[in-house]
Amino acid sequence: MANAIEARGLVKRFGKATALDGLDLTVRTGEVHAFLGPNGAGKTTTIRILLGLLRKDGGEVALLGGDPWRDATALHARLAYVPGDVTLWPSLTGGEIIDLLARLRGDGADRKRRDELIERFELDPAKKARAYSKGNRQKVALIAALASDAELLVLDEPTSGLDPLMEAAFRDCVGAERQGGRTVLLSSHILAEAEALADRVTIIRSGRTIETGTLAELRHLSRTTVQAELDAPVQLDALPGVHTVTLEGGALDGTSLRCEVDNAALNEVLRRLTAVGVRTLTCRPPTLEELFLRHYAGQDDDTERERVTPAP
Amino acid sequence: MTTLSTSGGPLTGTGVLAKLALRRDRIMLPAWVYVVVIGVASNAFTFARLYKTESSRQSLVASGLDNPALIFLYGRLNGDSVGALTAWRYGVWGALFAALMSIFLVVRHTRADEEAGRLELIGSARVGRQAPLASALAVAVLANALLTVLLCVILPPLGLPAAGSVALALAIGTCGLAFTGVSLVAAQLTAGARAARGLAIGVLGVSFLARAVGDATGASGPSWLTWTLPLGWTEMLRPYSGERWWVLALPFALFAASVWLAFRLAARRDHGAGLFPDRPGRPAASAALSGPAPLAWRLQWPALAGWAAGYAVMFAVCGAAAKGIGQLVGTSSALNKEFTRIGGQSAIVNAYLAALMLLAGLVAAAYGVSAVLRSHAEETAGRADPVLAGSVGRVRWGLSHLLVACAGTAGLLGVAGVATGLGYGLSVGGAAHQTARMLGAGIAQLPAALVIIGIALLALGAAPDACVAIAWSAVGLTVLLDIFGQALQLSHWVLDISPFTHAPRLPGGAVSTEAILLLTVIALALCVTGLAALRRRDIG
Repeated sequence: MANAIEARGLVKRFGKATALDGLDLTVRTGEVHAFLGPNGAGKTTTIRILLGLLRKDGGEVALLGGDPWRDATALHARLAYVPGDVTLWPSLTGGEIIDLLARLRGDGADRKRRDELIERFELDPAKKARAYSKGNRQKVALIAALASDAELLVLDEPTSGLDPLMEAAFRDCVGAERQGGRTVLLSSHILAEAEALADRVTIIRSGRTIETGTLAELRHLSRTTVQAELDAPVQLDALPGVHTVTLEGGALDGTSLRCEVDNAALNEVLRRLTAVGVRTLTCRPPTLEELFLRHYAGQDDDTERERVTPAP
Repeated sequence: MTTLSTSGGPLTGTGVLAKLALRRDRIMLPAWVYVVVIGVASNAFTFARLYKTESSRQSLVASGLDNPALIFLYGRLNGDSVGALTAWRYGVWGALFAALMSIFLVVRHTRADEEAGRLELIGSARVGRQAPLASALAVAVLANALLTVLLCVILPPLGLPAAGSVALALAIGTCGLAFTGVSLVAAQLTAGARAARGLAIGVLGVSFLARAVGDATGASGPSWLTWTLPLGWTEMLRPYSGERWWVLALPFALFAASVWLAFRLAARRDHGAGLFPDRPGRPAASAALSGPAPLAWRLQWPALAGWAAGYAVMFAVCGAAAKGIGQLVGTSSALNKEFTRIGGQSAIVNAYLAALMLLAGLVAAAYGVSAVLRSHAEETAGRADPVLAGSVGRVRWGLSHLLVACAGTAGLLGVAGVATGLGYGLSVGGAAHQTARMLGAGIAQLPAALVIIGIALLALGAAPDACVAIAWSAVGLTVLLDIFGQALQLSHWVLDISPFTHAPRLPGGAVSTEAILLLTVIALALCVTGLAALRRRDIG
């Protein structure tokens, strides 16, 4: 089984509102896959369909080789889930909930690993869930998922309530999971986290997939930020594929250049720069954040994006 | 620059919060007020139409004066005017509904919001510490005032004396006020909204039964019980039968004292905390907590234990009171001869005990509905997700709470039967026989209660958004039909809608095996359909 999750043209409607509008998502077995999108893009809806909590209105979806709706009970024995908004039973303690969740999955609970994780995340397991903060509630769900022997971890914004120290612990744990061969679907807002952890990324907007691939692939399709100190001013504005050009350092004849360049136009830009003389030069691939921002900056970008994105 | 000089007191923001509460309750609140007002008015209207002549009313009065089952359910009858009959049939129950409205209203805007974390957001704004409490108080007072005014306006045109109408309206409205105070205090004591509601409803239940026992046993029993709690005061005001206005001081005093206490408690405690701090629990789950059914049991047993304790005490007292009824009726009236002709003195006691079991059945059905709807509460709170994301099917999850509901309802009916039998048996002798007989009488109500539970489950599966309204409407309709149906002279096929109409009236009545079988089959069909619907729909 090459793909742990395979969704094609997924559609979900709530009354008149369309939450998913032909979404594609492929998660290969053994990879950490980051699932990104702004609020309301349909990440949680997708995850709830994968878990068989919602019924799809259209498209194809396979989870661990099965149908997430029909085979829910059997498939759930092989996955662990951390919801985005963790609500727990107020009268149960954290320790009880961790054990309960393991038993609901049908796990032979690994006590040693459970206790290690409780220590690692500094959770007081004897406290009633009523008294936990958001971060602590999240830890309960995370520990239960990480302590399981599930093949697939489905994590919906798992670190949104954690402090930086705990976030680091989480990254270590997910890194270790990847080494151990587990598949992780990680929905997140924290791009640095996705950048650090993910093998591949899917970016969605308004219920549709707009980018998917490895970070390197996404960068390849995107723009490089070029910064240079030049001997003389240069005229780049007219060049196709060059964006947001700024020239500074002098009222009229700026020699400090900053611009974003489509990779297809990089060659031509560099030729022009060396023609006027280059003193320093930095070329930087876009961070995930820049990729992300560019995709969500507005609808105007759409036509441009289609031009620079070749067919997959 | 903004200025910080506009300092606020502990009540700052009360007005804004009260408006928010009214906005949130714009459907629920008018619905409650409507139900109470129309309930009273339609009773008055029907009595006036059905019992036009004094002689026809007197025969009704005769049955009301002497039938302990009716006295138990409605209270003592103080006259034979249409007004007195209306106050008798609906005074206590109108007050009961006003009290329930106040309890739900107050807890919803205080502890429920606090538990859900909404008050934290509000508390961080420029809102005084006591403002949420004060706004809930204001809304509840407003609702009860509205109720009172509407009743004052609507009753006299139906041909009832003005003074009596005002008294009846005030009797109902002040009971609502008294329970506004009680629930404000309850909301300070417990950390959970569910427990706060349970506490306040428990006081209401004790209040009803204290009144019922005090009334039904008459002079030979503990009739002072009627005076102890708010629902009895409704009667003691005697609307339409020589009003005793000073009785109104009692609910107002309880209201004032409890409001004062609630504000004192609120000023002292931490946000989110109850009176008692949470103790640490087990760091690991016991072996028993191993699936959805044990989880449902774990979540629901504290409430069930509370219900069972209440049932045990109350039905033991009510059972013991049955002895007084036999004696009371033994000495009076022509109707007694009638009863004696039919089945001897024991027939009267049996009628009372059967009414007791009907009430046990209705209330147990209400418990069952609340227990089934727990799965809806779990779902909307997002706590169904982690269970269903485990290797747990929909049906197994739905069954878990259904099982608790059915077992709990059966248990409560068993407790009601045993407690009544013990109470009665120990006072007249033959405890073992009475206990066995009443246990049967209690359990005989189970199939009818299961039908109501089945309706709730079907609603949960097929119409999750409306399931709370549907399920409680079913309970309300059943209560309406079984408690008021005959007095309203509703036709048989209307009364037949309620499953409890078909449950055997035990002890004393005939047992129809077909009826019991049919009710059980209907309940089963409703549950199966409900679970099938649950399998097919979206969760959350």
